[in-house]
Amino acid sequence: MRLPAPNALVGGTLIGFLAIVASVSALWTPYDPLRLSFRAKLAAPSAMHWLGTDEFGRDVLSRLMAGAATSVWISLLTVALAVSLGTVIGLFSGYVRGWVDRTIMAFNDALLAFPGILLALGLLAVVGANKYGIILALGIAYAPSVARIVRGTVLSLREREFISASRVMGNSEAFTMLRHILPNCIAPLTVLATSMFGWVLLAESSLSFLGLGVPPPAPTWGNMLAGSRPYIGQAVWLGIFPGLCISLTLLGINLLGDALRDKLDPRMRGAR
Amino acid sequence: MTSTKPLLEVDGLTLRVGASGRTVVNNVSFCVSPGEIVGIVGESGSGKTLAARAVMGFIPPAVRLISGSIRFDGEEVTTMAPKRLRAIRGARVGMVFQEPMTSLNPSMLIGRQLEEGLALHRKLDAAGRRELILDMLRRVGIRDPEGAFNAYPHQYSGGMRQRIMLASVMLLKPALLLADEPTTALDAVVQRDVMELMVDLTKENGTAVLLISHDLGMVARYCSRIVVMCQGDVVEHGNSEDILARPQHPYTRKLLAAMPHREPAREVPEAGTPLVAVKDLVVDYGGRQGFFRKEQPKRALHGISLSVKPGEVVSVVGGSGSGKTTLGHAIAGLIKPSEGAILFNGKPIDKSETAYWDYRLNCQMVFQDPYSSLDPRMTIGELVGEPLRLVKGMGAAEKKARLAEVLGEVGLGDGFAERYPHELSGGQRQRVAIARAIIRRPSFVIADEPVSALDVTVRAQVLELFAELQKKHGFSCLFISHDLGVVEQVSDRVIVMQDGRIVEEGTRDQIFDAPQHDYTRKLLSAVPGLESMADGGVRLFWRLGEPA
Amino acid sequence: MLRFALTRILMSVPTLLIVSVAVFGLIRLIPGDPASLMLGDLATPASIADLQARLGLDQSVPVQFGIWFGNLLKGDLGQSINSQQAVLPLILQRFWISAQIVLVAVALASLVAVPAGVLAAWKQDTSLDLSLVAVATLLLSIPTFWLGLLLLLFFGLKLEWLPVVGYVSIAENPLAGILYLVMPIMTLFLHEIGVILRMARASTLEVLRLDYITHARAKGLTESAVLWNHAFKNAFGPTWTLIGLVLGNLLGGIAVVETVFTIPGLGRLLVDSIFARDYPVIQGCMLFVAFTYVLVNLVIDLCYPIFDPRVTAQ
Repeated sequence: MRLPAPNALVGGTLIGFLAIVASVSALWTPYDPLRLSFRAKLAAPSAMHWLGTDEFGRDVLSRLMAGAATSVWISLLTVALAVSLGTVIGLFSGYVRGWVDRTIMAFNDALLAFPGILLALGLLAVVGANKYGIILALGIAYAPSVARIVRGTVLSLREREFISASRVMGNSEAFTMLRHILPNCIAPLTVLATSMFGWVLLAESSLSFLGLGVPPPAPTWGNMLAGSRPYIGQAVWLGIFPGLCISLTLLGINLLGDALRDKLDPRMRGAR
Repeated sequence: MTSTKPLLEVDGLTLRVGASGRTVVNNVSFCVSPGEIVGIVGESGSGKTLAARAVMGFIPPAVRLISGSIRFDGEEVTTMAPKRLRAIRGARVGMVFQEPMTSLNPSMLIGRQLEEGLALHRKLDAAGRRELILDMLRRVGIRDPEGAFNAYPHQYSGGMRQRIMLASVMLLKPALLLADEPTTALDAVVQRDVMELMVDLTKENGTAVLLISHDLGMVARYCSRIVVMCQGDVVEHGNSEDILARPQHPYTRKLLAAMPHREPAREVPEAGTPLVAVKDLVVDYGGRQGFFRKEQPKRALHGISLSVKPGEVVSVVGGSGSGKTTLGHAIAGLIKPSEGAILFNGKPIDKSETAYWDYRLNCQMVFQDPYSSLDPRMTIGELVGEPLRLVKGMGAAEKKARLAEVLGEVGLGDGFAERYPHELSGGQRQRVAIARAIIRRPSFVIADEPVSALDVTVRAQVLELFAELQKKHGFSCLFISHDLGVVEQVSDRVIVMQDGRIVEEGTRDQIFDAPQHDYTRKLLSAVPGLESMADGGVRLFWRLGEPA
Repeated sequence: MLRFALTRILMSVPTLLIVSVAVFGLIRLIPGDPASLMLGDLATPASIADLQARLGLDQSVPVQFGIWFGNLLKGDLGQSINSQQAVLPLILQRFWISAQIVLVAVALASLVAVPAGVLAAWKQDTSLDLSLVAVATLLLSIPTFWLGLLLLLFFGLKLEWLPVVGYVSIAENPLAGILYLVMPIMTLFLHEIGVILRMARASTLEVLRLDYITHARAKGLTESAVLWNHAFKNAFGPTWTLIGLVLGNLLGGIAVVETVFTIPGLGRLLVDSIFARDYPVIQGCMLFVAFTYVLVNLVIDLCYPIFDPRVTAQ
């Protein structure tokens, strides 16, 4: 039994911890994350409030825990939306080929010409800034990159001899697609979905930071950071802990993504 | 050869992979005298490449030198200072690689690449270097040396690049040339030209050659002495003629026995209608009317007609670009022909649904690359059993019994059904591919280069298995191959293709003994033939007489 | 070469067209009358009727797009609802501020990260390689808005070396202008080091395994000649493409950094317009950034043959 790679170990631990915290927060947090307490305004970390309190006297630890749940949920749903939308488009495009494929991909590539979170920002202007708006906007914004990768995988798989073998056997195109091509797309999709979870979490935090995400008072790491800015001089902890949470989560995702790619992408296997 | 001091002496070389401690080169010793051509022969994993590269001080970071010495011209290489090593590399020892597509820097002009070595090791001005380079390019057969000087490698074909590579190395007139499978990636006809050029050039300059190859026939043809390696060990070492005629070690005997050879012609019953007939098949590629360009369709097959009788093995042979693979794919139904018809049992397959399905269920294919022809996410049992899905009226128990029977037939026991392709060796995978092709008991099998990705001894086993199954089940076979030796061994009839056309067709003996067409003669004269002798030895001969 | 350039340039035309259609369609997705949306709260029935006629709203959607696209080609992106300014000059003025931050940060990051990545690949699996990769992964994982906040805390509030927030044009006061830009640039610089270093390392590793590297060594070249003359040029292609993507992505996501340091750049303009429902500006910003991104990638691709002459050969 070989030990897992160090990056898989560290990444897995970080993400596992995040998952536990997010689940626990649904049942229990030290304090009610929304309860105001003007007596305990901007209290420094102490035995009572491990990570201190914010400008409304709300417990930072409780808000971080609740924020973890919100971020994880939004990211998971967004990734699910982007991956299913992109997979359907990519599979279809790679399956039909010809001018339909070229037209779909021209539109797809044009959507990819909106860099970063720009498309999400534009969509948010239309659908409105709230939890479901974010999921919809980010889901649509990230679907084109999934479609591109799935189509690329389908096209390269079509060149493989086992696809020819399936056709020689007499299997229909649709059967070949579902039995041989789709299962072989799962590995690259897993790698992509892992990295995408990180991108989405970052995008969600950025949008919340800009005030275009989940509206307060509901806590997210991004809007906690945004709220901390006026008090950063007097209450450093408000600016430190949410950022630390985002960074550690992204670090975990990046390490896990690297480990997965090393394991699943044969091209990189020789390089390590 | 008079006994001068050897140029290269490798003594007790042992290399081990760092982490796992696996010994990849074990106590290897050999020597090369000035001007001599020595061959190292072995299959993959024999350690031949590692041993040869160690001569230049190229030991991969993961591999450790455990013991042994390498003396080049009396100097110890293993302990040499990097600066001294660099002075020897290129100037005294040159190296030619297998893959012409990756052995030249794609982003540097050919002239600049050839100049580098000269600038480093010779005191010459730019004009002098240029002159030498142009001379050398002309010498290796580049038609427009001035043009090549200012061109990039991708503008040349594989064979030409290998010539440029030779030019680059021989410019410095090294005392020793390491040639690692220098012609393996090339077409048979080109292969021989490049080998002859290499031998001529090294002879002119008195350069010794260490030739590393898996091809015992080729090595024996050009080398005075041969070192046979197997899994890191030198198993036999001696004169080429002795090794061929009187092999001592069992592995050498196995290697020689594995080389393809001709057997007496078989009787193929005359039949009324051929099992499969192809009439005037035309295939065009491309011709996509793009948004910005209009491509002319490229014609890959120019009206091919052929027929295969029941129980007959027909080979299609030709170089790359001859259209033989396209032909196989078109007959298998993977490519839609632009014109022409395929008849199965006398009925055109595209005229009725029943005729199509009759053909579809009876025609199967074995592919070239055993690593890409098996779906990596399925078990061997699922893979081999999959074709039975479309067989009507076969019960689950019957399917299971058939699966076990076929796995047995190809020499894979019950234990294999649960395994995945990545757990199998290349030879085992090709057995799986064959099992999958024959499980429906087809009457016609197309085999597209089925053994060209396999090691010599494995190739022999797979060919033997294939012949056995063919005899047992009596299916007809279209065997596509670039390898004349293999074709000679398996076929009843041979079709020679060039540039999408059939240039010659005949029984095996007609083609191999009395070829008519120029291209066939050229193909045959490029590879040596073999004749088995007593004691497990072989004799090598050039077909159509010795080359001039 | 000419053919390659022409094909590549022509290929971006459909993309630009589809981008325009997408942006046009996006705003039309908002329920309600486009003319009243475009005019905002200040609209009078007369001005709405006037704009409706100008946008061709009584005609079919393709005709509306034609009118809109014609204006776009003339550089007319409409008028801001809030400031009543023409959109394009407004965008250009803000773009300049964002562009100087992004360009300087990416240029500096490339200068540091590319050699570091090549070095890491050359010394693969040594402690130097491992620490470079660890630092890069760490930098990559810190979101820019937090990194900016930390820099602000440390250099601005604690050490008081740099002005905390705000912006002064370099043209008006060069020294102060530069001081205000140091932290935003440093933020992006540190973040992009992570991205570029990892890419440079990966593509160099890929190249170092190839035969022509061994061939170069077999000629007797020194390691540095092998690395820079043979490996670097071939390995730089993918990194070069990535730099183009990074430029565009930063421009698309610069709003967060501009928010941290209160810089009146293009990103802030877009976000403020979203808050204010200033649709002409939103539309203009999206079009402008997407067009810039397509053009940057075009330039990047046109330079690509320098690193890999094979791409022109198709």
